[in-house]
Amino acid sequence: MGCNASTLAKIHNVDELILETGFSSSHICHLYNRFHSLDKDDKGLLNRGDFQNISELAVNPLGDRIINNFFPDRVDLIDFNSFARTLARFRPVENSPKKEPDSPEPINSRANKLKFAFQLYDQDKDGKISNNELLQVLRLMLGVQVTEEQLDNITDRTIQEADLDGDNAISFEEFKKSLEKVDVETVLSIRFL
Amino acid sequence: MEDFGNIVCIAFIVWFTLVVGLIVLPAMFGISLGITEVYMKVLVKTLEWATLRIQRGSKEQQKPTTLVSNGIILRDDGSMEKEITDLRKGRSKPQINGEFELSDIFYFSKKGFESIVEDEVTHRFTSEELVSWNLLTRSNNNFQYISLRISIIWVLGVFIRYCILLPLRVTLATIGLSWLVIGASLVGLLPNSRVKNWLSELVHLMCYRICARGLSATIYYHNKENRPMKGGICVANHTSPIDIVILANDGCYAMVGQVHGGLLGIIQRAIVKACPHVWFERSEMKDRSLVTKRLRNHVADKTKLPILIFPEGTCVNNTSVMMFKKGSFEIGGTIYPVAIKYDPRFGDAFWNSAKYNMVSYLIRMMTSWAIVCDVWYLPSMTRQEEESAVQFANRVKAAIARQGGLVDLSWDGGLKRAKVKDAYKEEQQKSYSKMIVGDDSS
Repeated sequence: MGCNASTLAKIHNVDELILETGFSSSHICHLYNRFHSLDKDDKGLLNRGDFQNISELAVNPLGDRIINNFFPDRVDLIDFNSFARTLARFRPVENSPKKEPDSPEPINSRANKLKFAFQLYDQDKDGKISNNELLQVLRLMLGVQVTEEQLDNITDRTIQEADLDGDNAISFEEFKKSLEKVDVETVLSIRFL
Repeated sequence: MEDFGNIVCIAFIVWFTLVVGLIVLPAMFGISLGITEVYMKVLVKTLEWATLRIQRGSKEQQKPTTLVSNGIILRDDGSMEKEITDLRKGRSKPQINGEFELSDIFYFSKKGFESIVEDEVTHRFTSEELVSWNLLTRSNNNFQYISLRISIIWVLGVFIRYCILLPLRVTLATIGLSWLVIGASLVGLLPNSRVKNWLSELVHLMCYRICARGLSATIYYHNKENRPMKGGICVANHTSPIDIVILANDGCYAMVGQVHGGLLGIIQRAIVKACPHVWFERSEMKDRSLVTKRLRNHVADKTKLPILIFPEGTCVNNTSVMMFKKGSFEIGGTIYPVAIKYDPRFGDAFWNSAKYNMVSYLIRMMTSWAIVCDVWYLPSMTRQEEESAVQFANRVKAAIARQGGLVDLSWDGGLKRAKVKDAYKEEQQKSYSKMIVGDDSS
């Protein structure tokens, strides 16, 4: 399959999707083809196993968390529109938008990108990154290469640095503040050719 | 009715004689009558004309440009360390190495999302996409109706391929294979001697030449002075079962493989009578040391033909070379690397064994325009003293990839069917932990 009008016609609500995600029609086409190449049993939907077949993702220490990001609570199959919407968060930020004051924030804004990163840590979605949640992420990224003690030290120190209101957890505001100098827009972006 | 039957018989005999006279006999003696050259010239001209028309057509209709590049996203090629350090530059505190930052996860999340949009491995197991259509239905991915003229040429093409070329090629293939079985069995009756070896080589060569004509294969051999010698191991990248026909057209090899039943089994049993090949029972294949021992014995005997091995272990789509399994490189002896690159304009040689079985694959091959490929014989290599088998395998793989213009990947071809091993994830964790706690592991 390629990129042409007939491909676009197969996508449900394609104009709405383009508007919502901000992808161009040729990018949507590419993503559609990619969706189908991952969907090995041709069911029109993707499950977690289809993502785990991507070798590069399977060796990524945060692979499973990233995959979970595509599947909202208690959902095990996603369609293309949902796939595209999740990927839209990684679209590069445009410089120019003249926004009307009450238009919804674009999916790929800095705040939304940070929210995505925050969710990777905050698994129980209580709005705070606890000591335990930080420990879990570190464990994923470091595997058995470091001792429990080292992990505890790192976790304690990180929370101490970022925690401003003394509740021994990192809220979304504290998270944002700690990353205010980091160029989130560029780093959490995928540039299409 | 009888007359009709007579006419059919006569037509068949005439046609058969023509085939034998014009194609089989010259093929057996390695002579070319130039028919294939003319055919190829006409074909190239037609495809070029078709390409121009399609390009003109798509400009007029202003379709979204179909980018068939090797990648659709821009990926940073920096190492993990460099990228994470860059991430941390924005910090107001002075940078102390060996610490964790909340922003470190950005690196992994970005890599994760990039691999969801595009990864190096998945598309190596599907056929290569063409930049412009070659008038075969099967590669009609991106291209739409352009003009009446193109469609007429396409219909003509279908007719020629299915009604003229296909029966011709099937006949040739049948003749070739039957000759192989009969000839090899006959030669096998002789006692072992130089004459027998010479005859067996002749029989093999003739058959493979006929089969190559049966596929309209045009093969360009380069650097023939590096051709594999007896007692060596020939190693090549694998795209399809046809690779064997392509290589055996120019030299004689001892095949290595599993014993099959059916037609393939008959061929195997016949050719092993003429000269030694190495066939393994399914149970023997599991025992790696046994396999290595038998291959080593074969290689040690300098009168035996060079072994032909495909170390990738599976068919890949000819845009890249995947991990070479180290087993072939542990046998010892001289390795003769060979790079095979098919020209995708004339036919897609890749065997996608998930999609097509052997018979449908062969029919696809026989209804392509032609098979055009380049074969480069590379200078021989031997394992150095301090080199492990894996390093040697990678060295040979890099040489083949470089020569054939293919991408050199370290991913395992077995990923076509199996999931990736956890060991690779541990490597990533190891690299990252070095940044966090430094090199000493307490």
